[in-house]
Amino acid sequence: MSLTTTAVDALHEAAEADGDLTFDGLRLAVDDDGYRLETPASGWAGLDEAELRDALEAIPAYVTNWRYWRRSIGGEGTARQAFLRWCERAPIDGEATDRSGDGDPDERGSADREKTGATLAVPDRYEALRGGIDREWGQLSITARFVDSDGADRLPGERVYDLRHVDDADTDLADLDAYDDPRTAREIATYDEDGRYRPLKTAPTLVSGWAFTDLSGAELVEAIEFFYPATIANWHRERRGELDVDHWRGTAERQTGIYDVVDELPREAVEWMAEACCADSQCLRRREWQYDEDDDLDADGGDGRFPCREPCSLVVAAARKWAILESEAERTYELELTMSELNQLEALIDAVADGRIDEIREADVNDGANRYRARYLRAKRFDDEGSLRAREVDD
Amino acid sequence: MQALVIAAHGSHLNPDASDPTYAHADRVRETGAFDEVREAFWKEEPHFREVIRTLESDEVFVVPLFISEGYFTERVIPRELRLEKWDPDLWESDGTEASDATLEASDVDKTIHYCGPIGTHDAMTDVIVQRAESVTGDPGVGEGVGLAVVGHGTDRNENSAKAIEYHTERIRERGRFDEVRALFMDEEPEVDDVTDYFESEDVVVVPLFIADGYHTQEDIPEDVGLTEDYTTGWDVPAEVDGHRIWYAGAVGTEELTADVVLERTADAGADIGDAVDEIRARVRSATDGDGGSGRADTNAGAGD
Repeated sequence: MSLTTTAVDALHEAAEADGDLTFDGLRLAVDDDGYRLETPASGWAGLDEAELRDALEAIPAYVTNWRYWRRSIGGEGTARQAFLRWCERAPIDGEATDRSGDGDPDERGSADREKTGATLAVPDRYEALRGGIDREWGQLSITARFVDSDGADRLPGERVYDLRHVDDADTDLADLDAYDDPRTAREIATYDEDGRYRPLKTAPTLVSGWAFTDLSGAELVEAIEFFYPATIANWHRERRGELDVDHWRGTAERQTGIYDVVDELPREAVEWMAEACCADSQCLRRREWQYDEDDDLDADGGDGRFPCREPCSLVVAAARKWAILESEAERTYELELTMSELNQLEALIDAVADGRIDEIREADVNDGANRYRARYLRAKRFDDEGSLRAREVDD
Repeated sequence: MQALVIAAHGSHLNPDASDPTYAHADRVRETGAFDEVREAFWKEEPHFREVIRTLESDEVFVVPLFISEGYFTERVIPRELRLEKWDPDLWESDGTEASDATLEASDVDKTIHYCGPIGTHDAMTDVIVQRAESVTGDPGVGEGVGLAVVGHGTDRNENSAKAIEYHTERIRERGRFDEVRALFMDEEPEVDDVTDYFESEDVVVVPLFIADGYHTQEDIPEDVGLTEDYTTGWDVPAEVDGHRIWYAGAVGTEELTADVVLERTADAGADIGDAVDEIRARVRSATDGDGGSGRADTNAGAGD
């Protein structure tokens, strides 16, 4: 990779303005003896301007890396910048660099590295960016890589980003529908593969079969904002220890109008609600909100990459229904069922709750939630009005 | 840097409810007047609660994509945006005069210019007239034609009717249409009897709603008598009791609505350059060109 003079010029100019410039392992200082230039692997001192230019030409990765982050991306301290640095495993906000990371392609994206959050120093990162660095964000697979060719609008070291469904990570691009306008993400995210509306953007039902390629950093962030709104902002806040969590009590008490009733939902029902709605199988966010500040829910919050800082509008809307239903008194009913029919009722509820209906084979009459079994039970146990023949027992 | 947030209701059940919000946001994006443009919703994502934190701009202009001042604009949106020191009195409005108020949001370090809803802005009058032009395909529509501005109307919110009556009066004063009437779904005078209120043979019916849904695509067409069954669609114009009724759904889907959004931000101090002229020119060329859509999309489902 050849260095353009513009990158050297810009770096030189920035050092002159700042006096001392430090970025991603690169240090360029101006003192009485001239320029001092350092990287983790090399160092020069007492350079005049011509010597500085020669030295910079010898460390092109550090120079173009500085240019990309400081000039193309910018936005120091922003969620956008932090996210794009996370995409290529660059250290964020002064986090330590993992110098042992060798960028082995086989290791990229492996669970261990994900867990340790290992970051890469500039030379390793540059090596990895040539092949592409993959990251997962919910059901999205992001690849950060260098542009295929340098040109007038393609500066050396410039990154681009590819975005696709994690299920398509190994699919040939030619087999996917290609897009370049981030706004298309809104349409892709609207319906699931059965054509049903997805009111919850973080439901694990994103359709596959599409790809955005060659996105700029700003375009990648815009697309993700449409797929998973506000996830980058809250992830960034969490990393900085600034995530503001609004727990159930506060959220419920704030509601007015038809939602005024949700604060009447009993505590144990909030537990059931979290178990029903906030599991990984239903939502990719990790629930961080609890019943109250000092009162944690027992229900597991999930393992999602991005935090959920407050009950969402779907949960609040469902809570209204449950608050109304839970205000009903319990009664005792008597109905005739065989043991197997009782078991079948359980199987039916499970199948609906787990969204398993479509998987039950037509002729699998061993499954209690099989449609013929359900129709048989209805024919046998329902009365002419279509109700279960149950008799309320007097106290 | 300055950002625009368009705050709308959205729906958990109907994916079309947010279409106008996205469409107007895109039109504003294309003018380049704002560094950032973001949609936000009560029932969709990003929620009002989270939207401001997704912005990098220090100055944020929030425009509610609602018809009337009332519960959502005065209580829900300011509360969910965490607008400190919000008080409806800051708008000094009797129901149709809200302009803007400048506040801080407690979870972000930004200045929020909270604007009145689009439905009560003077520029919305032009959108209603533009709607009449679009639906009839006649840029000069007016002479010999009656215009019915239709609102929901409700006993629970007196401001709901005020917005409708406000624009009705403004259009009437212009003298362009032979007759102009405000009609309602849930209060008198009712849209069911639309032909009783007009002598003109041609009547353009413009519902002052933000998005198409249950009311504009099911209720009103049946109430007005355009069709017995909304699922079978209706003609535009349709013959009803000796009148020709021109109808094309929610005014909020009209392209010129993006202009009202921009006007709201300009009133609140946003620097929008000539973005308003840009949008008006585009709408004008579209209307002069193909004569407008002339027919409603009847596929939109119900909101919740």
